[in-house]
Amino acid sequence: MISLKDICKTYRIGTEVVHALDHASLEVEDGEFVSIIGPSGSGKSTLMNIIGCLDIADSGEYLLDGIPIEDYSENELATVRNKKIGFVFQSFNLINKLTAYENVELPLIYQKLKKSERKARVRAALEKVDLVKRAEHFPTELSGGQQQRVAIARAIATHPSLILADEPTGNLDSKTSKEIMDIFHDLNSQGNTIVLITHDRNVAKQAKRSVNILDGRVSEATDDSIV
Amino acid sequence: MIQSFKMALKSISGNKMRSFLTMLGIIIGVMALVILVSLVNGTTSSVTDTINSLGSNMVGVTVSNDYGNPVRKEDLDEWVKRPNIGYAAPIASGSMTGKYNSTSKTVTVYGTTEQYFTIKKSELSIGRFLKSSDYDNHTNVCVISSETAEKLVGYTSCLNEEITLNGSKFKIVGVLKENKDASALAAIMGGGNLEAYIPYSSHVRLSTDTSNYVTSFYLSAAEGFTTDSVKTVINQIMLERFNYDEDAFNVQSTDTLEDAMGNITAILSILLGGIAGISLVVGGIGIMNIMLVTVTERTREIGIRKAIGASRGAILRQFLIEAVVLCMIGCAIGIFLSWSFLRLVTVIVSSLDLSFGMNGTVVIVAVSFCFFIGVVFGLYPANKAAKMKPIDALHYSE
Repeated sequence: MISLKDICKTYRIGTEVVHALDHASLEVEDGEFVSIIGPSGSGKSTLMNIIGCLDIADSGEYLLDGIPIEDYSENELATVRNKKIGFVFQSFNLINKLTAYENVELPLIYQKLKKSERKARVRAALEKVDLVKRAEHFPTELSGGQQQRVAIARAIATHPSLILADEPTGNLDSKTSKEIMDIFHDLNSQGNTIVLITHDRNVAKQAKRSVNILDGRVSEATDDSIV
Repeated sequence: MIQSFKMALKSISGNKMRSFLTMLGIIIGVMALVILVSLVNGTTSSVTDTINSLGSNMVGVTVSNDYGNPVRKEDLDEWVKRPNIGYAAPIASGSMTGKYNSTSKTVTVYGTTEQYFTIKKSELSIGRFLKSSDYDNHTNVCVISSETAEKLVGYTSCLNEEITLNGSKFKIVGVLKENKDASALAAIMGGGNLEAYIPYSSHVRLSTDTSNYVTSFYLSAAEGFTTDSVKTVINQIMLERFNYDEDAFNVQSTDTLEDAMGNITAILSILLGGIAGISLVVGGIGIMNIMLVTVTERTREIGIRKAIGASRGAILRQFLIEAVVLCMIGCAIGIFLSWSFLRLVTVIVSSLDLSFGMNGTVVIVAVSFCFFIGVVFGLYPANKAAKMKPIDALHYSE
């Protein structure tokens, strides 16, 4: 599914060079539920951007579904993000001018699907997160948990190979966090591959497998070694 | 495409006040363009009508070199018999001192024949025109314009009064009706002179510059013939008469005047249209300005769209369509307001017999120009949006 080998990424902040990723390697199999855990500044956001095809590594090899990503042009990356990856962000990142329905529909519009097909998929996705009744509400009229559920519906509407969640519970209270995590568990049990990035070890523990990231280096974590 | 269009409408209606203010530039530009050009066109057709009322189907000929074969009144009488030519009248003019009792004015005195009035389509307010017997007998009679009657004699019903032209007494036998259009035009062209018409033969006696050799005459087309055909015929006659020397004479018709008028108004249209075009461009800059603000404001939205798979082209299209739609709505409002304005003006000046219809060509020009402006000034902001990197845009904080 995902195969990262010796990925390096450096940033230049002013005159200082930051090695965000230092020969990081990671394998994720189909149907896995992997959490990537690390403190802030450990390079986990960079890793997430590279896995999510929002950014390209300086060196190393990244295979997504067996396809090398680094040779892709910007537009090809857009297509990959559209069809293979479903994003769930900490800050939800819904478009406030669009209703819940329209937000979920948006990636399908970029796939140039027919209206009837879009309607069926949006409905199915909203059913999975139990928000059919709120379809015509705007994000500002929804609670944080509901907004994140809309975001999850948007991520799964395209039937992506990979659901990539970046601190999905970071802005939510513990009760709604649990609801969201339950949805992820459900999705995983239905066969979806999930990569979840967090700094919260309680959240990370819920995944079947956890990976530590520290100073740009990735290592497998046992229950004890989760930082 | 339809989706981008819907999104554009949504975004425009989401910020009505700002959208309207942005459109205002385009609205004013379109109104300036459509109204100015339509007004010029409306006025032109009215002026053209006036020129026609001066005597259409009229050909004027002047002879500058007669090659020893001068034109006489008898020749004119001969030419009138040709099928194309309706009437022919010699004309001689001179400035003379006109006197009535103690009043003294400079009067432009025309020596001509009875056919002149038919050619000119003159109308009498009182009395009669000149007669052919007046020419034959060198009678000292005159037909005067109503203005001459008012200013020289003092009243318009002055039949049978006698005025003195360069010392010779002339009896007033007719007073012409005032031609409002013609006198207005004459005033513009520096005329406004007092006019009197006397038999050509009398003019010969009165003025040393006038002889029985006619150097200037008017022709009109016969019923069913065009002015152009008369021009062709008289041109041929003159060429044969004057050794095929084209410079020996000059044939002119009122068409020439109309053509000149047409040229002037065409230039005026282009000039005013150009100025209005500038205001449209300024409106376009306003659109570009607000689109740049919109793009910055919506950086995060652009980031989200890119993250979930919008290509560069999709973002470019979205913002470009928004700019063009903004322009075209402004254009539509502008055209509607222009139409209303022109209708209003037409009603207000209805007494002047002017009509200002909306010119179809200028509407098409305005619409295509607006579209062009929307694309040109929308391209830069749209491209700026499309070029954004998804991570930078996503992490942009407002």
